Amino acid sequence: MTGTLSTDTTSGPAWQYRTPRQSLLQWLGWFLLVVLTVFCWQLMNENTIWAFVSDAPDQAMDIGSRMFPPAWGYIGQLWEPLWDTINIATLGTLIGVAIAVPVAFLAASNTTPSTRFVRPLALLLIVTSRSINSLIWALLLVAIIGPGLLAGVIAIGLRSIGFVAKLLYEAIEEIDFNQVEAVRATGASGAQVIDYAIVPQILPAFWGISVFRWDINIRESTILGLVGAGGLGIQLSASLATLAWNQVAMIFVVILVTVVISEWVSARVRQAVI
Amino acid sequence: MQAQHAQPFPTRWKRPPVLFTHTVWRRVIYTGALIYLVLAMQSIEIDWQRVYMGLDRGWKFVEGFLLPDFTTRWHDIRAGLIESLTMTLTSTVAGVLVSVPIGIGAARNLAPAPVYLACRGIITLSRSFQEIIIAILLVAMFGFGPFAGFLTLAFASIGFLSKLLAEDIEACDGSQIEAIRATGASWWQVVNYAVQPQVMPRLVGLSLYRLDINFRESAVIGIVGAGGIGATLNTAIDRYEYDSAGAILIIIIAIVLVVEYSSSYIRRWVQ
Repeated sequence: MTGTLSTDTTSGPAWQYRTPRQSLLQWLGWFLLVVLTVFCWQLMNENTIWAFVSDAPDQAMDIGSRMFPPAWGYIGQLWEPLWDTINIATLGTLIGVAIAVPVAFLAASNTTPSTRFVRPLALLLIVTSRSINSLIWALLLVAIIGPGLLAGVIAIGLRSIGFVAKLLYEAIEEIDFNQVEAVRATGASGAQVIDYAIVPQILPAFWGISVFRWDINIRESTILGLVGAGGLGIQLSASLATLAWNQVAMIFVVILVTVVISEWVSARVRQAVI
Repeated sequence: MQAQHAQPFPTRWKRPPVLFTHTVWRRVIYTGALIYLVLAMQSIEIDWQRVYMGLDRGWKFVEGFLLPDFTTRWHDIRAGLIESLTMTLTSTVAGVLVSVPIGIGAARNLAPAPVYLACRGIITLSRSFQEIIIAILLVAMFGFGPFAGFLTLAFASIGFLSKLLAEDIEACDGSQIEAIRATGASWWQVVNYAVQPQVMPRLVGLSLYRLDINFRESAVIGIVGAGGIGATLNTAIDRYEYDSAGAILIIIIAIVLVVEYSSSYIRRWVQ
């Protein structure tokens, strides 16, 4: 009979998600990734001493037994470094935010005075600040201005500029332009337009970003002392140098509690603001 | 009584405060912040003489950054770079491989309660300590070198990737899962045919993003002995060779830029 619908699946090519060419390319891509990974693995472990690696469980047990119980009494010496750590993070965030705000306005394509000269410069500043970790900034600053809290504050500040400015300029670029036009139509000057049309729109984002960065900075400032920039890290490196693992464990506990609290604070503030 | 009604129409508009709308609270919070600032400033001791002495060195560093010296220490820089780059790739691959099962286990809509809690526990453990602290412990256990760095970055990647993957799986379209389940599919088939196609683009994107983060971190963990370009940088600064340090920083910035732009390009292409 003609006209019956064929339900025979063997006739004609079966449906396939990809063309043969596509699936071949995909397979090749995965294969290259595996080859590259194996090659990197070989290259990386050229100098690895496997005896140390196989020894690791014993070492872990040894360190674990030395860490436990943590030296609870050591907390008496940790209050001041903890206060320093919080100050490094807070003051560093303030410096970073203060510099990041103008940079963000210069970098946002709708507020920048010149897209050809000023914007690339601002973007370069943001990238430089973002790609160098605060520990590296601290390493440099300790060499330049000497060990202490100041190096830590500046390091945190320099690292925060890029982060805050990047998120803030993205927020500025997403504003509702009608409001800017409305304010401009009243005869407002440039500064007044920024003050009355742009700032109110980005203020929630601004507070959210700043508090978020403060939270990250608390985390980072706990270890800045490893390179001499003040805070808990100084005690940490001293305890590590003397192999006082129970003190190290106590410092880890303090860091953990501080980080959890700051994360909670930042989450609450962001919830309230946004 | 009647005088109260005779309020003149306000001729000036004052912008209402955005934050802390209650006047008393606003004043309390502002005063508290001011007191804290004064106290915090006092904890910083600035040794102006040391800062002044350092200005010279700071200027040398700026000079080193503007006129970097790639050649003198090229052998060390090359070794550090190779360690960093290989560490980055292998740790990201290992992190992705481990974090996929953990991410599935930490998704509430796929895993039973005990598995869910165990996987969430692993994620919390991995996320609560930062890379440097993990690196210190792992260097003590596994000895100096890039292997400890590889483990550090892989461990940190697991927390990051599994958490975001689990959130993505939980946000999956439930009707597709239901449809596949209605055909009589087993749990594995549900994961393979209903969940995997939905989360795959995002998983690729997250892995690339993590690759980017891992390179940045690989430049840092060398400071505590976990290999990579960070160790080279630390040595250069210890030797006061600011021109070599400047060269290393320029290389780091350049690679971060390349990785960031190419990963965002690939992410846009995948999604």
